Amino acid sequence: MNLFDILGPVMVGPSSSHTAGAVRIGRMARALLGQEPVRAELLLHGSFASTGEGHGTHQALIAGLLGLAPDDSRVPASFALAKERGLEFTFGSCTLRDVHPNSVLIRLEGAQGGKLEVGASSPGGGRIRVFRVDGLDTSFSGELPTLVVHNTDQPGCVSQVTGVLAGRGLNVATLQLNRGGRGGSAVMVIECDQPIPQEAAREVRALPGILRVTRYTPEEEAL
Amino acid sequence: MIEFTSLDQMLRDTEQSGLPLWENILLSDCARQNIAREESMARMTAMLEVMVQADEGYSAGDRSASGLVGGDGGKMAAYAQAGNTLCGPFLSDVMAGALRMGECNACMKRIVAAPTAGACGVLPAVLLPYRLHFGAGEDQLVQALYVAAGFGMVIAERASISGAEGGCQAEIGSAAAMAAPALVHLQGGSPEQMVHACAMAVKNLLGLVCDPVGGLVEVPCVKRNVIGAMDALSAAQMALAGIGSRVPADQVLDAMAEVGRSLPHTLRETGKGGLAATPFGMEYAPKEP
Repeated sequence: MNLFDILGPVMVGPSSSHTAGAVRIGRMARALLGQEPVRAELLLHGSFASTGEGHGTHQALIAGLLGLAPDDSRVPASFALAKERGLEFTFGSCTLRDVHPNSVLIRLEGAQGGKLEVGASSPGGGRIRVFRVDGLDTSFSGELPTLVVHNTDQPGCVSQVTGVLAGRGLNVATLQLNRGGRGGSAVMVIECDQPIPQEAAREVRALPGILRVTRYTPEEEAL
Repeated sequence: MIEFTSLDQMLRDTEQSGLPLWENILLSDCARQNIAREESMARMTAMLEVMVQADEGYSAGDRSASGLVGGDGGKMAAYAQAGNTLCGPFLSDVMAGALRMGECNACMKRIVAAPTAGACGVLPAVLLPYRLHFGAGEDQLVQALYVAAGFGMVIAERASISGAEGGCQAEIGSAAAMAAPALVHLQGGSPEQMVHACAMAVKNLLGLVCDPVGGLVEVPCVKRNVIGAMDALSAAQMALAGIGSRVPADQVLDAMAEVGRSLPHTLRETGKGGLAATPFGMEYAPKEP
């Protein structure tokens, strides 16, 4: 915690959890997709579903998917911006198990045909936590440089990936690994203490058994 | 170096350092974050600018999503303009400012969470009219923001700044407890007086519940920014008069944490108790999906 967690963030109101956090979730989903989203299905859970309308949560999520920051004055008008940019979206509600009341499940399709499902929560103060990527459990906040690796469940994947990071002097802060089933698809989430260079992500992508690599750099939000 | 876990430690460390309290807060945070003084100062100055922009961008015609909030800042300013008000020109401007900023937040305008979005009106409501009525410069206001943020850090560490955790005392109460020492700083008071002002501001809103109608940051949040600003002013004035908190400040914050934990779930931002559970409030209750 620092002084600017107390005086800040600069944000569009009315709620740090239901508005600013929702923008950040949208931005995170966009970053993880790695391309311009053209279709989005958003399923709101709990308090996001019941009080989201009065908090501008819907507009905030779409604003994030369009890449706007939580302090962008265009957040309330994001639906019109989505139309301009060719992003089609639908909202629904859902009931998820064992997640924070402020949660959403987002299914995205990108301009280059990429697909992604992200589940994320906004527990307060504008912070977020991604609890699911493509059906697999995760837990990361985007507060540290993060590498999200989709791989096939085969021996040696983890050591090869961490080997690449070690070779570049990147220290692993946390590592999570989850798989759908033996020999199936798996998701590896690695949070590092140092920024992860683009070349490191490329090198990881070239490893055997790696299906997709997404690099997430914590946003230097202007304020 | 200030550890931001105790107001007493903050006071002792500042005495040892020989620095003004605001500067010791600034330098301690720079050391913790490993950033340069200039970078921190530029960010804090930007916070003040956003507050000014939000205040100037207020439109009395705006309404919140539910339609419950909007226009009161305009009414208060008009009343103040007419003169002969109950509370006098300075306090009338403070009240109008608190309403304006609270309404800006409810109407999805760009604000500074201080410490939260719901309580974003308290600090600007005292600082901006202070500049107008007492002639403070931008550098003094930025110093006052450092004082406010430093006290806010200790409150967050020792108690809470989240309504869901600690009720409204943790949001409006914390904002008032940050604004009170900031005002003492602007008036040239001592660090000890700032600590007393913080403690008294907390004590006077201790136990305030978070009971938003419809679960929205609108009713009673906007008007509570007014009472937060008034609380800050009265606590600051008491401290400047040499009046102190009998209960030591750190113990007051510990009591705040304990009271927050004791509050029932219905009175901690769930929109299920207090004003939210009145027949009027129930008309705005969220529809279960």
